[in-house]
Amino acid sequence: MKRHHLYRFLLAAVLPLAAVAAEPSYTPVTNARLLNPEPQNWLMYRANYSGWGYSPLKQINEHNIGKLKLAWSYSTGMMEGHQAPPIVNNGYMFVTTPNNQVIALAAKTGRELWRYKKTIPDELQQLHPTNRGVALYGDKVYIGTTDAFLVALDAKTGKESWKTPIADWKAGYYTTLAPLAINGKILVGCSGGEYGIRGFVAAFDAETGKEIWRTYTIPAPDQPGGDTWPAGTYEHGGGSVWITGTYDPQTNLTFWGTGNPGPWTPDTRKGDNLYANSMLALNADTGALEGFHQYHWNDGWDWDEVSAPLLIDVERDGKKIKSLVHAGRNGYLWLLERTSSTVNFVDAWPFVKQNVFSSVDKKTGRPSYDPDHIMHIGKAVGFCPSLWGGKDWPPEAYNPITGLFYVPANNNLCAELTNIESKYTKGELYLGVSLENILTNVRMTVESRDHIGEVQAWDLNGRKKVWTHNYPEMNWGPLMTTGGNLVFGGGTNDRLFHAFDASTGKLLWQYPASSGVEGVPSSFAVDGEQYIAVQAGWGVDAQRMQGAFDAVLDHKTIVPQGGSILVFKLDK
Amino acid sequence: MAQKEKDIVVARPSESAGACTAHSCDISRRTFVRAAGSVLIGSSSLLRLSDLHADEGTNAHDQRPTIGDRLVNAATEGAPTPLKVSDIPENSNPIIALPYDTASNTVRDGSRLNKLLLLRLPVESLDAETRARAADGVFAYSATCTHQGCEVSQWLPADQALMCFCHFSKFDVRAAGSVTAGPAPSNLPYLSLRSEGGELVIASAFNTKPGAKRSG
Ligand code: FES
Repeated sequence: MKRHHLYRFLLAAVLPLAAVAAEPSYTPVTNARLLNPEPQNWLMYRANYSGWGYSPLKQINEHNIGKLKLAWSYSTGMMEGHQAPPIVNNGYMFVTTPNNQVIALAAKTGRELWRYKKTIPDELQQLHPTNRGVALYGDKVYIGTTDAFLVALDAKTGKESWKTPIADWKAGYYTTLAPLAINGKILVGCSGGEYGIRGFVAAFDAETGKEIWRTYTIPAPDQPGGDTWPAGTYEHGGGSVWITGTYDPQTNLTFWGTGNPGPWTPDTRKGDNLYANSMLALNADTGALEGFHQYHWNDGWDWDEVSAPLLIDVERDGKKIKSLVHAGRNGYLWLLERTSSTVNFVDAWPFVKQNVFSSVDKKTGRPSYDPDHIMHIGKAVGFCPSLWGGKDWPPEAYNPITGLFYVPANNNLCAELTNIESKYTKGELYLGVSLENILTNVRMTVESRDHIGEVQAWDLNGRKKVWTHNYPEMNWGPLMTTGGNLVFGGGTNDRLFHAFDASTGKLLWQYPASSGVEGVPSSFAVDGEQYIAVQAGWGVDAQRMQGAFDAVLDHKTIVPQGGSILVFKLDK
Repeated sequence: MAQKEKDIVVARPSESAGACTAHSCDISRRTFVRAAGSVLIGSSSLLRLSDLHADEGTNAHDQRPTIGDRLVNAATEGAPTPLKVSDIPENSNPIIALPYDTASNTVRDGSRLNKLLLLRLPVESLDAETRARAADGVFAYSATCTHQGCEVSQWLPADQALMCFCHFSKFDVRAAGSVTAGPAPSNLPYLSLRSEGGELVIASAFNTKPGAKRSG
């Protein structure tokens, strides 16, 4: 090779490296930054520890949103449910997809920096092939996987720093939630409610992956609450944890929602079944249970209450309350009070059609049930809302400027199920309802033929619904709200990603995506320019509900699958 | 700059790219002792990576269905009893079976990818190809969905199809397990059966590798 050719060759070989080096250095994520995230960043699942799903950025607002255009998109190469928010730290974007993949990109241009994919065991079954995002801490990126590992990656290179098995995937444990970073620890929970697992929240050392504490959501017989389970049932009692918790730094308490008890048949586990369908307040350092609220007892409707409550200051009867707010899968909106050591019930009211609760105790918040809608083995029982609830996992949002609380709801939808006997076998479905029955569970009402999906905006001080936007069919769209007086969300089977005026609910903008949008939206800024980001990629329960709709409606809807990251900015 | 950061990463003792160090994969007893004072906090079972990765075919239990294997009902406990043609009811939900090596008296239950669905339909109703790999109307498919690996368990008589609950893929049993609905990307694998004195015997290996064909 002649010398000048050699130089050219070397230059070409060096160029890609030079491009990588052009990326700004990575800013480590500190406790201080997590406590006070900069407006230009989206550092965790819901952007802040209070769980608001709120970006203070206001460059994109209700006046100029008409000029919002696609800046770049990126195909993830995966099918199924793309639910993770694009998480952004000073120009670095991290996105997770189904099949345990993490993609790092330059947030401004969409250029891929690295891609990580955890090898999945051949034998793994993925009932929910999805992932809801990473946690960032220090110079690492954390992902929980469907084979029940917590993996730490180097944020710059994507190389594995450590990986720790958090449970036995062969027994049906898996993880889909975004981990939560608090003060040097990475907190995770485990899915598997349909496989007879025993739920838990656990914390691992961010640096080493070593387990620090683990708190089961289902107590053993000798623990407080253990007497709410018949002998021999707690070990497979469910109470899965598959949505990221929230955190109050003032009290060092972290709040987590728990899933339904297993199996689905209340006759086989008579009692309250603590702490299923509950909200747990845990000490972030030790995992000690400091308080809890069980939204409903002895569940038979598959109403996981996994969404963590949002921390919102509310005023009630002239009194300021440090509250915990949760739009329940059981169809009630829950307002609780948090103190340094306990959780108190304040108020609850239905936000969708609900026919199971006959009343809710004003002091304790404990619901009473209409006996006609209690599940029993061998009996076909109808109930509203359906097993997907008034609001499933897609997160609510809170905007401190409008003071409104936004709920992605499914209204008017009912279901019918018949409980059957079931037997626990390790790693196999443990339901107590036939699969055929689940496929055909949906019952349409006159109202649901009118509409089902809703985006609701609530004034919590006045317990008043301020606006509602209706979608003809389902809403599986996680919500984000911004300082620009906007609310964003997808969730419909027409593949549209929507933006609403946060104050009035007026639909201002929509974008037809490549697939249905069930991703958590996020917003960030690079070089002073604001972006809106979301993943398209229909699958998992949205697709399951679509299948159930197709079975009962006179038309079928095809929602194409295949994931992509979509990033928007204002056209100049 | 980049080089320096890399050096720091490599220097960390817990970082062994791709591997799981002993201390970070074991959940230590110490965790339990430290946490025992708190409500609800318990010890967790000791997890090792080796427990969580199953390799195919390292011993007779894990080995895939092999020519000459008998079949046993996966749900039956106790001494293995080879299934007969007459044990499989016609036109009803599939029997979930496991291969059974009589020579070593081993049920191949080491991998869930070995699970088979046994179905029986009237011989006249079968196409020539299915008939050729059936034993008196009994034929076998892999019980593992090609989509995301769930167990295919539901028989839909009206469609003559097997359905997977996880995401509702349907496989036509009379058309070589081809996908007729749902997200599964490929046919359900099958193998051939023959009967020896009424006993079901495996006559071929799987036509394709069983298990999920994951995208990406
Ligand atoms: S695993 Fe069977 S359809 Fe998805």
